[in-house]
Amino acid sequence: MTRRAIPAYAAALAALALLTLLAFAVGRFPLTLGDLAALAANKLFGAGYAVPPTAETVVMQVRGPRILAALLVGAALAASGTAYQGMFRNPLVSPDILGVSAGAALGAVLGIFFSQSALVIQLGAFAGGLAAVAVVYTVGASVRRHDPILALILAGIVIGTLLGSVIALLKYLADPYNQLPAITFWLLGSLASVAPRDLAFAAPFALAGLVPLALLRWRMNLLSLADDEARALGVPVARLRVAVVCAATLMTAAAVAISGIIGWIGLLIPHAARLIIGPEFSRLLPLSMVLGAAFLLAVDTLSRTIAPIEVPPGVLTALIGTPFFLWLFATARRAWQ
Amino acid sequence: MAVKLEARALGYGYPGRAVGRGLDLALPAGEVLCVLGPNGGGKTTLFRTLLGLLPAQAGEVLLEGQALARMARADVARRIGYVPQGHVAQFAFTVREAVLMGRTAHVGLFAAPGAADRAAAEQAIATLGIESLADRVVTELSGGERQLAMIARALAQGARALVLDEPTASLDFGNQVRVLREIRRLAIDGYAVVFSTHDPGQAFLAASRVLLLAHGGSLRQGAPQEVITPQNLREVYGVEVRVAVVEGARVCLPSL
Repeated sequence: MTRRAIPAYAAALAALALLTLLAFAVGRFPLTLGDLAALAANKLFGAGYAVPPTAETVVMQVRGPRILAALLVGAALAASGTAYQGMFRNPLVSPDILGVSAGAALGAVLGIFFSQSALVIQLGAFAGGLAAVAVVYTVGASVRRHDPILALILAGIVIGTLLGSVIALLKYLADPYNQLPAITFWLLGSLASVAPRDLAFAAPFALAGLVPLALLRWRMNLLSLADDEARALGVPVARLRVAVVCAATLMTAAAVAISGIIGWIGLLIPHAARLIIGPEFSRLLPLSMVLGAAFLLAVDTLSRTIAPIEVPPGVLTALIGTPFFLWLFATARRAWQ
Repeated sequence: MAVKLEARALGYGYPGRAVGRGLDLALPAGEVLCVLGPNGGGKTTLFRTLLGLLPAQAGEVLLEGQALARMARADVARRIGYVPQGHVAQFAFTVREAVLMGRTAHVGLFAAPGAADRAAAEQAIATLGIESLADRVVTELSGGERQLAMIARALAQGARALVLDEPTASLDFGNQVRVLREIRRLAIDGYAVVFSTHDPGQAFLAASRVLLLAHGGSLRQGAPQEVITPQNLREVYGVEVRVAVVEGARVCLPSL
């Protein structure tokens, strides 16, 4: 842990804690800090403080799952973005680059189009994300005599475009009164309807994707070198890359399956974290996850409080993210000194 | 002296496109081999084959007497180090972090470098005298500084054979001399070093042997004064060059 790392982690964790508290307090049914403290004491220690009767429902059934989902999805998108940016040697890469979001979107849209249950739609999104990346990887790896990274990216773009046109076709064919709004809503991303069951579905997969990244935390640095360099240093690059793609895809697909498409986090947050703490992956990954969780929680809290209707978080991440990104970009040099 | 790097009847290139064949090479510790050849003459292809990054098309490469083809990547990395041509740094790792990456073959898959690895990295940094660069980020180094950092990374690998692909390319004159000086010093320390260059004069300065590659795969190998002759240089580069002796040292003088 370097001198630069400790204050960065402390600040990020403090911000995350404050945001979490704030997210529990604000909303259509505002809660005071006293209410929250009393409720926590009741739940944790069996104390018998008096709390407003609806407070418990709001915290346990509505805001709790939603806050946890924001933390989970934000951290998962940031973690897979961190892994991909290192692996693709490009700080402007997002987790979608191999088609996971496009595949998940098609899976979900198919589910909506055939009027399936929420669970089937979720499973469709998850399976669609995994399948799209599997196809992209197979295509990219079967193209010999090209830079493997470039082959992967191009395969991702081509397959992503293909999936996008199938989605467009389904939107065109969908019932404009029942299905089309649901499709649009899903594609914009939302955490409004997250239930504890969704968390139970996504968390194990996200964790399963995180474990390899955490274990390979130091070796991940080697993937940011040119293939020949990494191999000459003793890294079986092709095998390591497969492992990272699997892990990152699992995390992203699990997140997207419960939240829909929420852009910018996987691109912006790892970049911001790298400017703060440097590119060394074992230090970068945890900070990136904390910042990702905090950012999506902030965005989701805003999305349910700034207007009488919910603003889609994907729209907000872009509105907040773009200027923030430009500012980071312009001050990157200074941030380093 | 033990032979660190050996090639036997080595054919290198790509399936269906041989770049060179029939190369026999035995490089003991303490020797420096300078590889010369025109652009596209196959220097980098040869190096990639010697490093096991490209499979040999014929014959074999031996590292410390063992066949490279049967080794795991990490075993290769512990025997032969690589300084790539024009390393492009994408991310702002510090020099210390970059040199530490040289230890990969000694670090477990799920582990991070330990105290011994850190000591080896510091040792490599000290050997090249670049302690003052250790906390700088690689993206902000000059070409010469970056080249020294990459040599330090190769030393941290713990390999006793080193391959440097055009280590003086695009360096200013002072840095070229500094890199050549380091190459000679490494040979004195018992490394077997292979480097490529476009300046035949560097072979007289730093190498004990020369391998001259020409288009079509013809090879000449021997002591610098035997291989670097006006006739050979004319054949390979297509220009007139005189080899003169100035105060006992040989230099190449091209005629314009």
